[in-house]
Amino acid sequence: MGFPHKPHPKETVVLSRYFGDADARTYDGWVKRGGYEALRQTLTMDPARVTDVVKASGLRGRGGAGFPTGLKWSFMPKEKKRPHYLCCNADESEPGTFKDREIMRWTPHALIEGCAIAQHAIQAEVGYIYIRGEFTEPLTIMERALAEAYQRGVLGPDSMGSGKRIDMYVHRGAGAYICGEETALMNSIEGRRGNPRIKPPFPAAAGVFGLPTTINNVETLAAVPHIVKRGADWYKGLCLSNPKSSGTKLFSVCGHVRRPGNYEVTMGFPLGELVHELAGGMREGRTLKACIPGGSSVPILNREETESCKLDYEGCVEKGTMLGSGGVIVLDDSADMVYQIMRLARFYAHESCAQCTQCREGTAWTTRIIQRILAGQGEMKDLDLLLDLAEQMTGKTICVLSDSCAAPVVSGIKKFRGEFEAYIKGARRPVLAHA
Amino acid sequence: MADQELINLTIEGVPVRVPKGTLLIEAAKQAGIMIPHYCYHSGLPVAGVCRMCLVHVEKAPKLQIACWTQVAEGMVVSVMHDEARAARKSVLEFLLINHPLDCPICDQAGECELQDYVFQEGRARTRYTPTYAKRFNPVEDFGGDVLYVPNRCILCTRCVRFMDHVAQDPIINVSERGDRAYIGIHPERQLDHPWAGNVVDLCPVGSLLSKDFLHKARAWELDKAASVCTGCSQGCNVNLDTRTNVVVRVRPRVNLQVNRYFMCDHGRSQYRWMNRGDRIEAPLVEDHGDLAAVSWDHAFVRAAEILRGAVGRAVALVSPHASTEALFLVKRVLAGFETTGAFRVDRVEGDAPLRGVPNLALRSERAPNVTGAVLLGYREQFADALKALERAAVALVLDESLAGVTREQLSAAGQVIYIGTVLPEAARGAKVVLPVANVAEEDGTFVNRDRRAQRYMQAKVTPGMARPAWWVLGELLGEMGAGGRFGSAAEAFAWLAQEESAFAGLTHDALGAQGVVLSERRVAGATA
Repeated sequence: MGFPHKPHPKETVVLSRYFGDADARTYDGWVKRGGYEALRQTLTMDPARVTDVVKASGLRGRGGAGFPTGLKWSFMPKEKKRPHYLCCNADESEPGTFKDREIMRWTPHALIEGCAIAQHAIQAEVGYIYIRGEFTEPLTIMERALAEAYQRGVLGPDSMGSGKRIDMYVHRGAGAYICGEETALMNSIEGRRGNPRIKPPFPAAAGVFGLPTTINNVETLAAVPHIVKRGADWYKGLCLSNPKSSGTKLFSVCGHVRRPGNYEVTMGFPLGELVHELAGGMREGRTLKACIPGGSSVPILNREETESCKLDYEGCVEKGTMLGSGGVIVLDDSADMVYQIMRLARFYAHESCAQCTQCREGTAWTTRIIQRILAGQGEMKDLDLLLDLAEQMTGKTICVLSDSCAAPVVSGIKKFRGEFEAYIKGARRPVLAHA
Repeated sequence: MADQELINLTIEGVPVRVPKGTLLIEAAKQAGIMIPHYCYHSGLPVAGVCRMCLVHVEKAPKLQIACWTQVAEGMVVSVMHDEARAARKSVLEFLLINHPLDCPICDQAGECELQDYVFQEGRARTRYTPTYAKRFNPVEDFGGDVLYVPNRCILCTRCVRFMDHVAQDPIINVSERGDRAYIGIHPERQLDHPWAGNVVDLCPVGSLLSKDFLHKARAWELDKAASVCTGCSQGCNVNLDTRTNVVVRVRPRVNLQVNRYFMCDHGRSQYRWMNRGDRIEAPLVEDHGDLAAVSWDHAFVRAAEILRGAVGRAVALVSPHASTEALFLVKRVLAGFETTGAFRVDRVEGDAPLRGVPNLALRSERAPNVTGAVLLGYREQFADALKALERAAVALVLDESLAGVTREQLSAAGQVIYIGTVLPEAARGAKVVLPVANVAEEDGTFVNRDRRAQRYMQAKVTPGMARPAWWVLGELLGEMGAGGRFGSAAEAFAWLAQEESAFAGLTHDALGAQGVVLSERRVAGATA
């Protein structure tokens, strides 16, 4: 549902069914809507069986990488020798993405239930919901829901009378984008500087506090109760294109559309329809120019690619981009692509954790070059330099923040080179006073 | 360990066989290849942040960092692969965009890893066009001996990791983010940990500087000699850096058995006295109540006369800063007497440990050769020895400071022979004064608190006619017809090893650069 808009008939409403329905926020309201049935059912199941169900559903990580969730859970040690942990990544900071915020705002118990099921599956008594520092309203709602869940015996030493202990904490971040990177998030929970860790070891071997950890995105975990309740086959069947991508996905549509908001569609839904129909299309007299389909970190699509892109993991890769977090940034013909790309690069330069050389220096340098082009002081060789820097910023660092800065730059220059050249040649008036 | 699993791999075409778990960067050393790096240091936890050590590994999807990747059977690694070279060239370019090119005024120049690698593999010209200003932060005094020049910092975090994990006093960090990042210090603390000076050595560029060494010398003007620290009984291995015959810096020399890569700030400060100007520069003999300069031959004749002419008791006041060789030879010189041999040591309250390294501390016992002196029969009973002077026919002093000892006290002994570097007031009543080299001017050995006998080498020349104590005492023994006359400290040591069971079978060559623990050897000898 494109809250605050009415749900569009083409949406497949699962996660967003109660968006806008304040009663669903409470424990009683949630139970009235079928909440916590899945958890009750899960607690009677063998943990490995729960993982199998999720595996069979084809659910893949909704945070950006699209890693199969059940497979990730199965990496956890089968025999529990030391404490296991679940981390829920609620540090939604990807520019253009605002789906997790809505899940937490309207259906906090869906997330708590999803976490509890996951904790049972991976044998983690403790779960951390790491919530973005700026999310003050979702934080309040989550904390209230968590207190209620403890009060009503969903969480605590005897979860729903099963005799199993399930504890959950909300941990508030301090507003660093990089803390959404899973290992940086774990460092942050531990009270350290939020720097990504070198891998291996992967979290399933040594995660938070050096102990086996699974980390999942809010949307991923919120989908789990539905899968348990309605079955893996049902979820697997939610597919319009490639069978490797199943289920529904929330897309946060923003930018130059008439009805920005969250839209939940089945995997494989056409991006063109999402933009033109669900989100209301372009403003009067405007035409589509470009679209970033998966949050700011993925390559930019031009108009033709946008019109023909299918919204699933494979469909996006086919167009040379990624499904990412599902933050759809739409740009019409009034957009200055050079400026937009500078803004993205500046964001990454600001958020680089400063560990890896290429990222620390490269993001800032890239920003300066584009700013200089925007100031009318660019040279043609700057474009080659940008591409060369981008190549050295890709696949060379601990995490992918550097790659994320490079991706829009490379695709931007490739697809909108004319706009860069217009600034360089003086055909376009500078928009910045100086670099 | 004999049963350790060994892995075969190829690095730059060279087959290498190393234990499982070895990091590529360490395995490469066996192939004779130093993979360029900044953040990696064998004495610190791995950070993997500088990305300089990216190497090409066949079948890997992308370049791998050699400081974190472990060896695997059949791995084919290339350091000079085009992709790896391009990556290094790029890292160097990135590092230089915010690094000032102030090498001409930078202390690190000549021993700077950024300078070296840029010269090897960097771009000739920057593409960071000159309209951009470089990041600027003012120089900050971190306290202790450390100055931080943030503009030169490449954020390798070696200093932070040293303070966090080795000193275990986490008072510095990486502050801020992105290209604004710098090394920050706790607002209410100074970098005055007793071992903090190591961050200056660890810094691969000229960002952390020693205030003591600031602008003293250019790296290429320095000569280096392997030595052993004289600051305490720990026996940290050091290098003495000299510039035109003046010791200007003491830095740690790697010895994994003793000090690993580190030394304390107190040890670093122990060099000024090595350059003292008030040295005895000629042998002196008593002449009508005064001391007169004479030739070495004359002095030896006179000293031998004294020693031959006296009978009964002798007192030796020795310094625990003297070489094992000299301490032994003093014993030989006084072999005909009933000798009381004594020394004293400066002691302070408590050790100052480097927490992250087992059995490494600035020891409360502030002399390098206390164990050597004890093994050779000297006792820390200085006051008793002073009393014994009254009944002694001969007193022999080996570079003891004689602080608090009066001329009358010392002269209570029938005859005084003073062997030393400087002439204290109390020694002015001596019959013979023999000038000797200090630790920086001779070869010798010390025995540390863990009975490790370690060699030190000559770093500079002796002033005037002063000679190493092993030579002086050897010549004196020769004059007395009691053996001696050595061509080197090693020859003196060979005699010591013959005579003293604790040193049995040892030679200078056997001690090597890292020393040998005496007790271990004795046990080994007994079972053999």
